[in-house]
Amino acid sequence: MSSILLEAHAVAKRFGGVRALHDVSLTIHEGEIYGLIGPNGAGKTTFFNVLTGLYSATTGSFTFAGAPLRISAPHEVAKAGIARTFQNIRLFANMTALENVMVGRHVRTHAGVIGAVLRGAGTRAEEAAIERRALELLHYVGVADRANDLARNLPYGDQRRLEIARALATDPKLLALDEPAAGMNATETAALRTLVEGLRADGLTVLLIEHDVKLVMGLCDRVAVLDYGEKIAEDVPEKVQRDQKVIEAYLGA
Amino acid sequence: MTTGSSNRTNRTLKYAGVIFVAVALMALPFALTAAGTAWVRITNLAILYVFLSLGLNIVVGYAGLLDLGYVAFYGVGAYVYALLASPHLGIHLPFWVILPIGAALAAFFGVLLGTPTLKLRGDYLAIVTMGFGEIVRIFLNNLSRPINITNGPQGIAIIDPVRVGGISFGHEDVLFGVTVSGPVKYYYLLLLLLLLVIVVNLRLQNSRIGRAWEAIREDETAARAIGIDTTLVKLLAFAMGASFGGVAGGMFSAIQGFISPESFVLTESVMILAMVVLGGMGNIWGVIAGALLLSYVPEMLRYTVVPVQMAVFGRMLVEPEVIRMLLFGLALVLMMRFRPAGLWPLRARQREFSTEDVVK
Repeated sequence: MSSILLEAHAVAKRFGGVRALHDVSLTIHEGEIYGLIGPNGAGKTTFFNVLTGLYSATTGSFTFAGAPLRISAPHEVAKAGIARTFQNIRLFANMTALENVMVGRHVRTHAGVIGAVLRGAGTRAEEAAIERRALELLHYVGVADRANDLARNLPYGDQRRLEIARALATDPKLLALDEPAAGMNATETAALRTLVEGLRADGLTVLLIEHDVKLVMGLCDRVAVLDYGEKIAEDVPEKVQRDQKVIEAYLGA
Repeated sequence: MTTGSSNRTNRTLKYAGVIFVAVALMALPFALTAAGTAWVRITNLAILYVFLSLGLNIVVGYAGLLDLGYVAFYGVGAYVYALLASPHLGIHLPFWVILPIGAALAAFFGVLLGTPTLKLRGDYLAIVTMGFGEIVRIFLNNLSRPINITNGPQGIAIIDPVRVGGISFGHEDVLFGVTVSGPVKYYYLLLLLLLLVIVVNLRLQNSRIGRAWEAIREDETAARAIGIDTTLVKLLAFAMGASFGGVAGGMFSAIQGFISPESFVLTESVMILAMVVLGGMGNIWGVIAGALLLSYVPEMLRYTVVPVQMAVFGRMLVEPEVIRMLLFGLALVLMMRFRPAGLWPLRARQREFSTEDVVK
């Protein structure tokens, strides 16, 4: 198989007495779409939040792209090459679609206060490059025609796509999508599926949390199942679907 | 082709407008002098309030951090100037050396305020910043013992006026055959500084840092998740905003020639915030309009309220100060009712406050 991009080593997260994650270990290979599923409250989003630095893990660690991932703050995780979207869309509502994506370039650009004030050739070139790349990404996800609309005025499906464009602007190696199809109708879901498949074709690794089991089974190369904070299965979708523990978790034992 | 020619017309109009405004601003002090030198002084103070409002606008308008202690930075800048250019410590540095020092020290105080308050938002941040403003004022009041630094409540007097070349801004001179009073000279200096402040503000707004500030204001969690070091970026907002206050403070010292802690009280912070909010948070032109409006209207009242009452009632029934606060309160209530986003809001803010839901 291809090389390993992300490895979680016995990651645990406790909130007081609640065991949200219990020694979850999993391995994501480069270039695959990796699904993370499980019933409500199984700890999927908690896992995301620990991975992206919003929560700190109680115990356990991650290895990312061959090096230990130092999770001290979310912005460092983004810098290391992990970008995410949110279950409940978190766009910068009163900025335009284009500006949203331009903000995403922050972590890969350098102009500071002095650069901004003097606005020398270097800063102007960087600004132009930021805008060019942001427009490219808007085209890529298919919301370029709304570039100058405020993010809050975009239709729901476009907002989801815009959030993906903003995450892509950080040049991630791993894109983590938290329930991207939530609230989408069948057409929008199909379009999303095409988009994510396109990302994989372009060499990006995708970690996908999703409730839509049909989408996950059709899209993902491998799937892990969480239940009560524990990983109960990790395999190709066909095998996971027939796994006795998984069936029990979903239907109730 | 049509767009090309209309673009050209627009550009011509724009240049014509800019030239018109520039000429008007250059001629203004002479018109004002005709109305009385007091109006030139009032205009100078109004420009200082524009500096302060634009500085606070960075913190409140762009980064969305409610700061009620902003006057502290004004005070720091003013005292830096007073201490480095007066007989009090016997130091007399030129203004162009002191202003950057004042701005830098104010920025340092901005970071000092920002660091412990990074995790606070909204009301809680407002309370802490308010406390900070008071702490600075109380320090200014009491740093006269054991070593006399600030001269306590008596304040510092005989502060050097600005000097450029051999020309002192403290008194009248005949330059190029024209009699130019001290305030008029300050007016031109302030105008120059104002131009600088506006350019800095506009450039910051349309920059990587400016976008990061806006992103934090909109959604701090999302901003962190896409790689913005919110700690650093917030401290930058505090420091940049404070440095504007420091420059304004320095000029205030030079113009007044005397300062005391009384000038840096909480109501000043509230007034500056009111200017930002009234004008339209986040929009530079709105903020400038708000600052000018709240600077001029009280002065106009001062000159009209008493004569009008004398004419109508034959004696003064209501103090101008009372009427001022009454009208000020009324204005804020009316504004919140009819224009909650400010008189001249940022396009985005306007929609943020609008009640109509966007349905697509």
